[in-house]
Order: sequence, then C-alpha cells, then structure tokens
Amino acid sequence: MMVHSLPILLMEIGFMAMLLVVALAVLRMRSLFAIVMLQGVYSLLCAAWFVSLDAVDVAFTEAAVGAGVSTVLMLGAMLLTDRDANPLPTKRKLGPLFVVIIMGIAMFYALGDMPAFGDAHSAVNTGVGAQYVQSTREEMFLPNVVTAVLASYRGYDTFGETVVIFMAGLGVVLLLGLNGNAGKWRAKPNGQSVAAPSQPPVKMAAAAKPVKTAAAKRKPVRRKSAKPKAGGTS
Amino acid sequence: MNQHLLLQVVSKMMIPLIALFGFYVQFHGDFGPGGGFQAGVIVASSVILYALVFGIEAAKKAVPPSWVRIGMTLGVLIYGGTGVATWLLGGEFLNYTVFAPQSTHAAGQHWGILSVEIGVLCTVTFAMLAIFYAFASRMPDLSGEDW
Repeated sequence: MMVHSLPILLMEIGFMAMLLVVALAVLRMRSLFAIVMLQGVYSLLCAAWFVSLDAVDVAFTEAAVGAGVSTVLMLGAMLLTDRDANPLPTKRKLGPLFVVIIMGIAMFYALGDMPAFGDAHSAVNTGVGAQYVQSTREEMFLPNVVTAVLASYRGYDTFGETVVIFMAGLGVVLLLGLNGNAGKWRAKPNGQSVAAPSQPPVKMAAAAKPVKTAAAKRKPVRRKSAKPKAGGTS
Repeated sequence: MNQHLLLQVVSKMMIPLIALFGFYVQFHGDFGPGGGFQAGVIVASSVILYALVFGIEAAKKAVPPSWVRIGMTLGVLIYGGTGVATWLLGGEFLNYTVFAPQSTHAAGQHWGILSVEIGVLCTVTFAMLAIFYAFASRMPDLSGEDW
C-alpha cells in the first residue's frame, strides 16, 4: 500500500470534510438556485480531490461536465419550475431515509473487499490493465495511456459512449424541440405562465388556429384539477 | 441590458480563449490530460456563456440550431465511419493500424485516434448545445430583479 505524505493526507481529509459540509448544506436548503450552485461547488471539490488522487483525466471531465455544463443545464431546468422547493412532511422522509441507511450499511460492508489505494496486486493493476500500460509506449508511441486505452484499445466502448451522448441529445430534442417549439406544454415558473417561445417559427403561424383551440381546450382541464368544485372526475 | 455591461465586456474577451483552450485540449489529448469529451464540453460551454450573457437569440445566430442537429449526427458518423474505413482497408472494426501498416511509429494509430476524437468532439459539443437550446428556448426572459 502506498503511504501518503502528511500534507496530502490532510488535504484529502479537508476535501472530504468540505464535500460533507456541502452535501449537508444542500440537504438543508430550500432555494433551488442555491442548491444548483452548491452542486456545482460539490463537483468542483470532487474534481480537486480527483487531482490529488492523480486521476487528472477524470478530474478534468468532472470539472468541465459536473461543475460547468451540468450546472448551467440544471439552472435552465430550474428556471422552468419554481424557485423554492416545497417542504416535505416528515412522514414522506422516512422511506428514503430507510433506503439510504440500508445502502450505507451495504456499502460499508462491501468496503472490506476493496483493494487498498494504489495496490499493485489489485485486479485493476494486474492483467489487461498492466498490459495496456506496458504496451502503449511500444505499440502506440503515445505518452497518454488514458487516450490510448479510450480511443484505441477500448474503441468499441468509446463508440458506445458517443452514441449514448448522441441519444441523450436526440431524446431531449425530440421531447422539447431545439427552438422550444415541440408540443404545447409551456412552463409556468412561480405560477406565472410564460409567453410563447421568443421566436416562433414561421411554419407555426399558418397553423396558429388549431394550436389556439387546443390550448383553449386544455385550460379548463387544468382548472378542473385545481378546483374540484368544477366537477373534475380525475 | 446595460446592467450586464461588465459581464459582456469580460465575456467577449474570455469566449475566444475558452474555445481555443477547448481545441488545445482536443489536439493535445494524446500527450496530456484531455480528449474529445472534455474538449467538446469546453467548446460547448463557450457558446453557452455567449448565450447566457448576450441572449439565446444571439447565440442561435452564431451557432444555428440546424448546425446543432447536423453536427450531433455527424460526430457519430465520423466515429462509425472510421470503423467502416478500417473495414474497407482490410482490418477489423476500429483497428487503426491499417491506415499506415508500414509505419514504424504507429502513425496509423495516431490518425485513427485523431479521427475518432474529432467525432467525439463533434457529438459532445453539439449534443450539449442541443440540450441547452432545448431548455433555454423555453425559458422566460428574466428581468434583472427577478434573480
């Protein structure tokens, strides 16, 4: 097992403590804006911690995706809903708490089977992993083993990952539309309905009438569900 | 708009640098940390920053949604096409050695890795932009005090 020097050990304990503090702060907060921002902070702390574990490629991805883009995407999603989370009754917290406790116990139980950090005899560092590290220099002439494994030795897997990202983008585009014009659903942030998307496409103008009638039909349905005295059977 | 003047001036200087750093990460990925995934996210974030500061309509003029639709697909096609090209040259799927079989310093591997990384860059950049455009286009225009 690799023995850490004291400053690095202190730094890692510090990172873990900060992650814990941020996680607890997220749990206590009701403002969704602050929660999204703290999730970005959490990702950035994770990235810093990965650097101290010598996993620079993972840290890079975490910083760019977790702290950067996903924070913006979460903000974009948050702007379409309310700004504050509704407080949950205690009764509804018991189920998730039970699941979390069971999961925590299971993970601590499994911890005993994990190899020590930097263990040269662990499954990752023997077998095919060691083979990649040894043969990259002779077969690829590349200094970065991670790139060689990702793009060449494991090219199939990366192809799959690329397709997954493509599918994610495709799914969102199919559901929401690139110009926000798919379907008739409109966001109602803070209970205020929002005007039509800022730039409705020209094609929609010709079909404006059927859209309007559909919207008019939907409105009473929504009111029914809000006020049961109107005779809503749902 | 005037209340964002500082942000606009600073972002205008930052955005080209962010995009340039994205391409550095892309093409230096063989030698240092990074690669197509990280570079794609960084390039996309430069466009997203532009959209946040100058408005979604300005961003859609700079990077039209049609590019996003095509670019997202093109990336997967470049990656898959590299595999098909290795097939046609007589190798296995994604076996890049057939690009330069006589090379003594694995030039075929380098070309293959470069090609698939460009495919990854393309898909990641435009998929991130697609998701951002889809959400941001439905966003209400916020006045300053709304925050």
